[in-house]
Amino acid sequence: MIASLGLAELVAAATLIGLNAYVLLGGADYGGGVWDLLASGPRKRRQRALVAEAIGPIWEANHVWLIIVVVLLFTCFPAAFARLAITLHIPLSLMLIGIVLRGSAFTFRSHYGPGHGAEREEGPSQRWGRVFASASVGTPMLLGLCVAALASGALPVPGRAGFAATFVRPWLTPFGLGVGALTLALFAFLAGVYLTVEAQEPALREDFRRRALGASGAVFVAAFGTLGLARLGAPPMGRSLTTAPWAPALHLATGAAAVAAIWALWRRHYRLARVAAAAQVSLILWGWALAQYPYLIPPDLTIRAAAAPRITLVLVLWALVIGGLVLFPSLVYLLRVFKRETARS
Amino acid sequence: MSDLLAARSQMAMSLGFHIIFAMVGVAMPVLMVVAERRWQRTGDHIYLDLAHRWAKGTAILFAVGAVSGTVLSFELGLLWPAFMEHAGAIIGMPFSLEGFAFFTEAVFLGIYLYGWERISPRAHLAAGWAVAVSGLASAVFVMIANAWMNAPTGFRWVDGGAVDVDPIAAMMNPAAFPEVLHMVLAAYASTGLAVAGIHALRLLRQPRNAFHRRALSMALLIGAPAALLQPLAGDQSARFVAHYQPVKLAAMEGHFRTERGAPLRVGGWPDEEARETRYAIEIPYGLSLLAFKDPHAEVLGLEAFPRGDWPPVAIVHVAFQVMVGLGSFMALVSAIALWLQWRGREPTRHRFILRALVLTAPMGFICTEAGWVVTEVGRQPWIIHGIMRTAQAVTPMPGLIVPFLAFTALYVGLGVVVAWLLHQQVLASPETAEEDAA
Repeated sequence: MIASLGLAELVAAATLIGLNAYVLLGGADYGGGVWDLLASGPRKRRQRALVAEAIGPIWEANHVWLIIVVVLLFTCFPAAFARLAITLHIPLSLMLIGIVLRGSAFTFRSHYGPGHGAEREEGPSQRWGRVFASASVGTPMLLGLCVAALASGALPVPGRAGFAATFVRPWLTPFGLGVGALTLALFAFLAGVYLTVEAQEPALREDFRRRALGASGAVFVAAFGTLGLARLGAPPMGRSLTTAPWAPALHLATGAAAVAAIWALWRRHYRLARVAAAAQVSLILWGWALAQYPYLIPPDLTIRAAAAPRITLVLVLWALVIGGLVLFPSLVYLLRVFKRETARS
Repeated sequence: MSDLLAARSQMAMSLGFHIIFAMVGVAMPVLMVVAERRWQRTGDHIYLDLAHRWAKGTAILFAVGAVSGTVLSFELGLLWPAFMEHAGAIIGMPFSLEGFAFFTEAVFLGIYLYGWERISPRAHLAAGWAVAVSGLASAVFVMIANAWMNAPTGFRWVDGGAVDVDPIAAMMNPAAFPEVLHMVLAAYASTGLAVAGIHALRLLRQPRNAFHRRALSMALLIGAPAALLQPLAGDQSARFVAHYQPVKLAAMEGHFRTERGAPLRVGGWPDEEARETRYAIEIPYGLSLLAFKDPHAEVLGLEAFPRGDWPPVAIVHVAFQVMVGLGSFMALVSAIALWLQWRGREPTRHRFILRALVLTAPMGFICTEAGWVVTEVGRQPWIIHGIMRTAQAVTPMPGLIVPFLAFTALYVGLGVVVAWLLHQQVLASPETAEEDAA
């Protein structure tokens, strides 16, 4: 398998790394919205304030990972991009509405009124807070539906079937809803774990510890449910995930990361929990990619068949290297400025 | 409404909405860092207050710009999948570079907005400059991609597909320089004069308010030189169009018959059926002179092209007249203001300049929208000039009026909220307005 890896596979891996970063960073920002929606108990307002502080300076940078993924997809795999954009028109449009509402509502809330949104009981900032939180729940579900449709191998070639068969049925499936729920649970889990590290106040940290543990339970249920649904909804993928030679190792590693995350949360080793949670989520993502390799859109469009001409791939790889040289120091600086104290504690 | 028209309307509406935020995102960070720099040098806290307010405005507008830009990157495929399938490999390169520029902008804007207390003043100012420079770079890369649609280079089109793709040659297309220059100047001119106009309105009521005077002179510093240079950049663009897209030029000018010594038509209404432009003021030899620097040069009329290759003539012509008319007025007002400044007579003390600036406040944005209509509608019926028609590129998804209406409703709502927020949070006079000694 290694011998067959070429330029196209390299760019596909870079795209997946971008998606991985979006899931770990941008995903956690959506998860923050989930905890805003579910804020409760005596520290309700402080929970919301912590979420706002944690994502305020970084959500826009985290969001750009999604744009990088889209740009890499349409530059390097234009045939795949075109087909996805046609068949997933409806869920992608809905997801975009969610993205617009989440981002703008969060910003409006932060800039409304004399104080920050979370300080006031009721008013426009609270209403925008609810829009932000609801959009943070809906958008990951839609992202999951789109990923599931891709993974299921059921995306039709446009023009050969009727409206519902082309534009609705491929993504509105039990398997899709399972992946949507799993995505949401994973994002909420990541956010909960990250917030245990970011909380300064012990009681608040306990709140998010309990929430993260609860979310890990939801991840467990959603993951096994989805694996079951995959055997019906995405048979080739379900087969790969259960019978491929690498499958046991993957499940073992994912399971170990999950157990480590829960154990670390239980024993209050929050920074270890953060690493383990990120590893768990990344392994799930790479497991999906591995299961559908070498297809970009199963069952017929391979990475190589969808790839742009060689010169485009070479130039994009150079752009990634040079862009990375500007970007990574900037990102490190951003995180150092805003996450430094919390990392020390 | 046909699906093609709905798709075009959704794209036009999304671009028209996003472009306002994108322009402000390019120019506003410059205002914000100039104010901060002046505060650091003079210790005058009015400048600090301005830097804070402009940063807040930038934050709100950048967020909406970021999410509406995301929508556009998807819409390229959601609405025009066949276009992206062929063009992606050729012009994806500037989009990739734009992605990095935008990334840098987002990172440093986060640092700037939330880092006032966390990093040194010098580092903070540098973060502001990083926002301004990467915002400019984003605009440059996006314009290069758009320019390619007008002047497609860097490939050969064989049997309905691109071969011999060369993304670097595609970026170096002949439309790139004039379009980039015109758009970047538009961003500074529109934003600068809009901010100047808002403060001019306040100064008409409170002529000695130091806050508004400082704000206005800084905004003029950014906007007026750009507005003054813009006609020259526009001339560059027009000359590009004359050479590479003669049918677009003919539509812009409402010019139907090919002739030597063609007149420049100011105003008027082109009638496609009668093939003439009525009620225009005609300046003899004007068009030949402007387009080709020769009063007797031949200018191709619309009749030289098959009817199926004409863009909607009346829309393009009227939009062009609006752009040139308002743009000229902005340049004139800017010239007077700069001249007063140069003669040591502060423009903010002249009520006629203040009134004129109030008038020009919205003009830059109107000009830009009109200019986009000229370049995008003027390119029709092509999505890639001379290569692929817009109708060939549209998605097979039916019922496109639904997403068009949904996104329109979403953006109208957002627009109202943003306007209200800016009014509340950024534009309100400070409570303790100081007076300058007269």
